[in-house]
Amino acid sequence: MNKLVHNELLKLFRKRRLFVIILIIAALVPLFTYAQYQEVKTTREKLGNVDWRTQLQQEIVDTQNRLSSSRMQDDWRKYLKIRLAQQQYYLDHNINPQAPGAPTFMRVFVENSIDLLLPLLVMVVAADLVSSEASGGTIKLLLTRPVKRWRILLSKYLALILSVSFIVTASAVLSYGISGVVFGYGGWGMPLLTGFSTSGEELVTNNVHLIPQWQYILMEFGLVWFVCLVVGTLTFMLSVLLRSTAAVMGIMLAALIAGAILSNMVSSWESAKYLFMVNLSLTDYISGMATPIEGMSLGFSLIVLLVWAIAGLVVSFTVFTKKDVY
Amino acid sequence: MSQSPALSVKNLRKTIGKKDIIKGISFDLYPGEVFGFLGPNGAGKTTTIRMIVGLIKPSSGTVLIGGKNIQTHFGDAMKDLGCIVENPELYPYLTGWENLEHFARMDSSIPLKRLYEVVDLVDMGNRIHDRVGTYSLGMRQRLGIAQALLGNPKLLILDEPTNGLDPAGIREMREFIRFLAEKEKLCVMVSSHLLSEIQLMCDRVAIISKGSIIRVDSVHALLAEQERVVWKAEPQEKAESLLREVTNVTRSEEFLITLYDESQIGNWNRMLVTAGVEVKEMRTKLPALEDLFLELTGGEHIE
Repeated sequence: MNKLVHNELLKLFRKRRLFVIILIIAALVPLFTYAQYQEVKTTREKLGNVDWRTQLQQEIVDTQNRLSSSRMQDDWRKYLKIRLAQQQYYLDHNINPQAPGAPTFMRVFVENSIDLLLPLLVMVVAADLVSSEASGGTIKLLLTRPVKRWRILLSKYLALILSVSFIVTASAVLSYGISGVVFGYGGWGMPLLTGFSTSGEELVTNNVHLIPQWQYILMEFGLVWFVCLVVGTLTFMLSVLLRSTAAVMGIMLAALIAGAILSNMVSSWESAKYLFMVNLSLTDYISGMATPIEGMSLGFSLIVLLVWAIAGLVVSFTVFTKKDVY
Repeated sequence: MSQSPALSVKNLRKTIGKKDIIKGISFDLYPGEVFGFLGPNGAGKTTTIRMIVGLIKPSSGTVLIGGKNIQTHFGDAMKDLGCIVENPELYPYLTGWENLEHFARMDSSIPLKRLYEVVDLVDMGNRIHDRVGTYSLGMRQRLGIAQALLGNPKLLILDEPTNGLDPAGIREMREFIRFLAEKEKLCVMVSSHLLSEIQLMCDRVAIISKGSIIRVDSVHALLAEQERVVWKAEPQEKAESLLREVTNVTRSEEFLITLYDESQIGNWNRMLVTAGVEVKEMRTKLPALEDLFLELTGGEHIE
């Protein structure tokens, strides 16, 4: 099996797919870094000459004042206390919350690329994994070796998992390395709020707590890896079913973009939550953004994605081992 | 041919929807022979070959390669098989050598030195380290054969091996196939829609038409059965009327053509000479397989 995976990786490598992807990320990260930098600069100009420490001090006093007022619900009070702890930490550790370091950039980058950019890059690798062998005719040589068909497909899938891991790691390393030049490389320990959930219309803050940024980022990259793997698996299935790589890419692209559009308009179409493409923004659950459809949670989305991926794998393997090759 | 067959096909059928594509084909192939698989385009040659190499699942029937059933012992059966189905399609972005390495990795019984052997065998030389995308068709055909020979197969299946080659390439391919059968004792199965091809390189031939085999025989026997005598005589009209009394005669320009009958041919000649006809030329002629095919299939069109 090792040798088969070696073959698949060699082909991927020689087709320069991974190289192109790295190039795309390496070109986009400086672009985003510059955008982020401009934003920070504008905020700073708006504040004028006021020292950020004075500003933060002021905010802390405000929060304390609000806490001391008696007419306040318990969970809101608890939330404000956590906010207070966060602000105090920034002040004590001399962290300017308005001037992000490279880890913050990584976090923002990954949160914004989880539902479209990274799945697209994964798609580029997965789309022609099987269909290119069919359209190039090399599948006939591949399947007339003393190797069972399911082993050949499994080697391709393992190569896909490795590529997904590589793409996610590369985007982490590149976004950290490149943005650090501008923002500095510190900020791993910065505390961030997490644990939000929604109940009906309201944001439930009962479980909100602080975790250090490195832990936060690790969680987000785990989720990104999972999302990419699911999108990769579905693309892989299409690649088994269709001979044309262009068709595979087209269908997958349409699905992903439809997901991005649907997320903004399906709040009243409840059963849309079972579609894989509206469940891709897993990082929103950590940062506490509102879900596109009521009743969605991290666990729910993970299960929906998992079911889609397993179905995709079952279809891929059944079709590939049974089909007649013409 | 008392050896066990290198390939044994028994009652192979393929039905797609309600249509019978292949209607029960059986034949045996033996080591050291070149077997021609002949039929017009669309007769089912490629479908049959794809069923033999495991790309298409037969609706019924069995395929044994070296005695091993490809349905139940796929891995063992495939170790004895090398094939090129249709065009020799390899990875254009890899070099020839990398392509060979790629396929060698798929069978752990292939040692590294076998790669050098097959490259030598097909005489690829230094071009082996160029990208396949830069190869000519002839070069790719050689690499395809090198790839097929990697696993030291007992059975080599080549689908239309001379398709697209220039005359020199065709000749070279033909000699190479004869060499593999005679010196390396391989069993080679060659499909073609060109009768002249099969006639020149095969020992035995199966003729397939509309999904069934209509004849399996040695090329020699098939031809001998149809051997003719060509006469050139003066005056032609007199010779023709005389010959018509004893046998069937067809006229083709200045020649008269009759069946070849070894016991009678001397008598016919004497008869002509006694009647004052001058026999200028008298020779036997093998019919082209084209004629034969038309006769066997009842006039189905062929290139």
